[in-house]
Amino acid sequence: MELHQLTIHELQKLIRSKEVNSLDIVKSVFKRIDAVESSVHAYITMMKEYAFEEAAKADRCIKEGNIQALTGIPIALKDIVCTKGFLTTCGSRILHNYIPPYDATVVEKLREAGAVFTGKTNMDEFAMGSSTETSHFGITKNPWALDRIPGGSSGGSAAAVAADECIAAIGSDTGGSIRQPAALCGIVGMKPTYGRVSRYGLVAFASSLDQVGPLAKDVEDCAIMMNVIAGHDPRESTSVPLDVPDYKAFLSQGVDGCRVGIPKEYFIEGIDPEVTEAMNGTIRTIEGLGASCVEISLPHTEYCLAVYYIIAPAEASSNLARYDGVKYGFRVEDCRDLLDMYKKTRSAGFGAEVKRRIMIGTYALSSGYYEAYYKKASQVRALIKRDFEDALKHCDVILTPTTPTPAFKIGEKMDDPMQMYLSDIFTISTNLAGIPGISVPCGFTRQGLPIGAQFLAGHFEEGKLIQIASAFEKHANLKQRRPNL
Amino acid sequence: MAYEPVIGLEVHAQLLTKSKIFCSCSTLFGAEPNTHTCAVCMGMPGVLPVLNRTVVEYTIKMALATNCVINESCNFARKNYFYPDLPKGYQISQYAQPLSEHGYVDIERNEGKKRIGITRIHMEEDAGKMIHDEHLPSSYVDLNRTGVPLIEIVSEPEMRSAEEASAYLRRLHEILVYLEICDGNMEEGSFRCDANVSIRPRGEEAFGTRTELKNMNSFRNVQRALDYEIKRQQYILESGQEVIQETRLWDDSQGVTLSMRGKEEAHDYRYFPDPDLVPIVIDESWVEEVRKNLPELPLEKRERFMRDYQLPSYDAGVLTSSRVLADYFEEVANLSGKPKAASNWVMGDILRFLNEGKRDIKECPILSESLAEMIQLIENGTISGKMAKDIIEEMYRTGKPPKTIIEEKGMVQITDEVALEKTIAGILAANMAQVEQYRGGKEKIFGYFVGQVMKATQGKANPQLINDLLKKMLAAL
Amino acid sequence: MKITKEEVEHVAHLARLDFSEEEKVKFTSQLNDILMYMDKLNEVDTAGIEPMSHAIALQNAFRDDTVKDSLSHELSLSNAPEARGPFFRVPKVIE
Repeated sequence: MELHQLTIHELQKLIRSKEVNSLDIVKSVFKRIDAVESSVHAYITMMKEYAFEEAAKADRCIKEGNIQALTGIPIALKDIVCTKGFLTTCGSRILHNYIPPYDATVVEKLREAGAVFTGKTNMDEFAMGSSTETSHFGITKNPWALDRIPGGSSGGSAAAVAADECIAAIGSDTGGSIRQPAALCGIVGMKPTYGRVSRYGLVAFASSLDQVGPLAKDVEDCAIMMNVIAGHDPRESTSVPLDVPDYKAFLSQGVDGCRVGIPKEYFIEGIDPEVTEAMNGTIRTIEGLGASCVEISLPHTEYCLAVYYIIAPAEASSNLARYDGVKYGFRVEDCRDLLDMYKKTRSAGFGAEVKRRIMIGTYALSSGYYEAYYKKASQVRALIKRDFEDALKHCDVILTPTTPTPAFKIGEKMDDPMQMYLSDIFTISTNLAGIPGISVPCGFTRQGLPIGAQFLAGHFEEGKLIQIASAFEKHANLKQRRPNL
Repeated sequence: MAYEPVIGLEVHAQLLTKSKIFCSCSTLFGAEPNTHTCAVCMGMPGVLPVLNRTVVEYTIKMALATNCVINESCNFARKNYFYPDLPKGYQISQYAQPLSEHGYVDIERNEGKKRIGITRIHMEEDAGKMIHDEHLPSSYVDLNRTGVPLIEIVSEPEMRSAEEASAYLRRLHEILVYLEICDGNMEEGSFRCDANVSIRPRGEEAFGTRTELKNMNSFRNVQRALDYEIKRQQYILESGQEVIQETRLWDDSQGVTLSMRGKEEAHDYRYFPDPDLVPIVIDESWVEEVRKNLPELPLEKRERFMRDYQLPSYDAGVLTSSRVLADYFEEVANLSGKPKAASNWVMGDILRFLNEGKRDIKECPILSESLAEMIQLIENGTISGKMAKDIIEEMYRTGKPPKTIIEEKGMVQITDEVALEKTIAGILAANMAQVEQYRGGKEKIFGYFVGQVMKATQGKANPQLINDLLKKMLAAL
Repeated sequence: MKITKEEVEHVAHLARLDFSEEEKVKFTSQLNDILMYMDKLNEVDTAGIEPMSHAIALQNAFRDDTVKDSLSHELSLSNAPEARGPFFRVPKVIE
């Protein structure tokens, strides 16, 4: 096997036994990038020179015996997290030339743990989308089928991990943007509990929903990443001051006696039959491992999308008001006056989907509508959260498909916003309630497209997710299958 | 038809915290443009606000000092609008759940005290500054001021004249400065005032149409603007027209308010709770701790000075115009045991020296102990009041205590009767012509003799003693 | 609640966005579709339910009143589309 095909934990073994050093790994990853990136287009900005410099530093550390959790490991970063001195575009023209003067907390933590950054990955513009087709910098292809989308909005990160163009990656999840691309690209992706991982330096889309999380080749890598990035940050007011457990401790605890809730509202018309089949297989597997499945109800499921599509755009419309051509980013020249500059800059700087959501959000907050829309949505949101709290009294984790269909073809569904939204339904509720979720590969379609199963747990119960996902993963035995690039 | 004005004031006060409300940049005024800025207050992508605890504490102080109800829980809201001095495209303020509400202050008028209600006091962040180029179609943005903490104090529309509004404004100002949470500088913009003005027929309960007045940047301008606007509205109503609801700017050079109609559009601020900030819960113990540390407020101090030191209202007013001055006066009064004398000296010479040198009482070279000592020396006859006038100048110049100066200059008052009698005898002997004139009935000559004695004793003789001895000796001749 | 073209224009102005006539039409119908979906929320009885702004209940996240270094002047202006000396330059508001 080539080094770029390995996981973090496999590479760490080789590093500790001095069979391999960071430079070897980085060389292997960049060789792979050279081979496949032109087909996949996972990256917006490559950080090759920096990576090699950091690899050399990592090797010096390794020689001194100073090996941290990620020393020498090539990690990709979704282009929505700020990297000091390196372009951070959020997939948008309006930030096409923006270079942050500071690092996001998650970037600082990864760097402290010795990670070597390979580059900034492609994404739907400002994280708004589920196919990475709205990026200003071109589309990313699914490594399993180059005529299909990788999912979104962390499509670049998911594709990079699936194609071995990095060992693991960071993404962000506001309505499924880590889990859905992880499922469509056949890898593991986790959205932590809201407030578990710092949002400082994560360019905001919807502040009460956004979370940073890992995309990785297996659950153990996911646990390693979570150990590094989770934790309280005094620079974020909504960061939760709770200790971080050792997530690796949950890896081989097994699932005997674990109660798994199956929400009856999630198994509906419109799920692809092959996804249903894969889910049934998943249920059989975990029952075989000693877990028991029980039907639960999440009665307000049918309102999740409506709540999300008011709250998220409302917050986004406010968060994106700062992109006005005054302090940074794109600006249209030679404008008549200030108003002209604002309108021309924002209209030319943002793509259609972003503008659509800004419009919805502005409308939802505008006078006369706040009570009917935003406030009402916030109240229903409280009920959705309560649904999960009640359900989790009767089970330890919840199991759902991550997506209702496998990856669709590029260009399909783009003109129909409603269908695009429907492909989010399994993941949005998680963000609304603030609970953690993980997507883990559970099968393939007959055409060879990955299918993902999603486990959800209560607030700060990422450990339970690691526990069941790792037990399932071992038995599902899907890790060996790789995309044919 | 008699009209009565209905006035409400909105005051914004910059708080004297060291760092900004949501980031750790310095709040100091006057720095080079865009040097007190960071990613957070510049609204860069990905940044988040974290609340400065001292801002909450200062706001609680003001709320307590104005008798407000402090809400157990409050939160921040985003006020969304576009302007270059507002980097995030929204101002973080408080809307539905402010920190405090339903307070009041008492103002003093000729007709007696009046209570003015305070609707609410809440926290928010300041915006930056824009400079408009006079010739080019350009404006320049300095973001140093973005994020400086403000409190907004909204009054009930309970003021009925420009004088009441002025009194209310001064009351708020002195409380803020006394609490040491704001430096109250209207010219520098750390204390700002907007007004809402309408008029209605006397006796009418319904409110008339109101206008909002802005750009009044001094106490004097607030009063002038209100006076003008009230007259303007009265003229409109008397000529059968209607007042238009609008924002008007005070133009100091022309002495008028000007309509902003056309430039202004109705703002839809789209307020919603800021998801990046969490609720602030203020429990009883926190309130009590702040309450315990509240200084005595100016109104209470004035009343106490009048009561305990028997000072007239005017004196009490001058002496409490600053907390440091009031403390200084009290120290002098208590140490000397002579509050009236203390009051005279402080209000007279001390303030005169300070004003001439444009210094603040904090910088006064005369320590309160020294002034108290001087007063006692007059009281026990060591020096005369006239001598004190010279001594105090020397005290101000050198900072030395009076006893030192008296020793150095040999300025002890002459109270030795025998010595004085000798001196007087000598003067009378040398001025026999004048003595004859006096004995002939020219009583005014007495002053001449006093002058001569003063001259001979270099002003050190006790004037009362001079008088008594002169009279006695002249009568004996 | 059907959104009209005038409302679309008003909202666009609030958001400082320009649309072509064609986009406005497309937008009006797309927004309408989505808004119909939103009306669904009125089916839910939310009497007595506190609006939820935060997924996790936290309170009193404070920092101390200490001054830390600001960004250097160069870094503050480093991304400015147009700087003029130490300032950000913008077109004037035309009155």
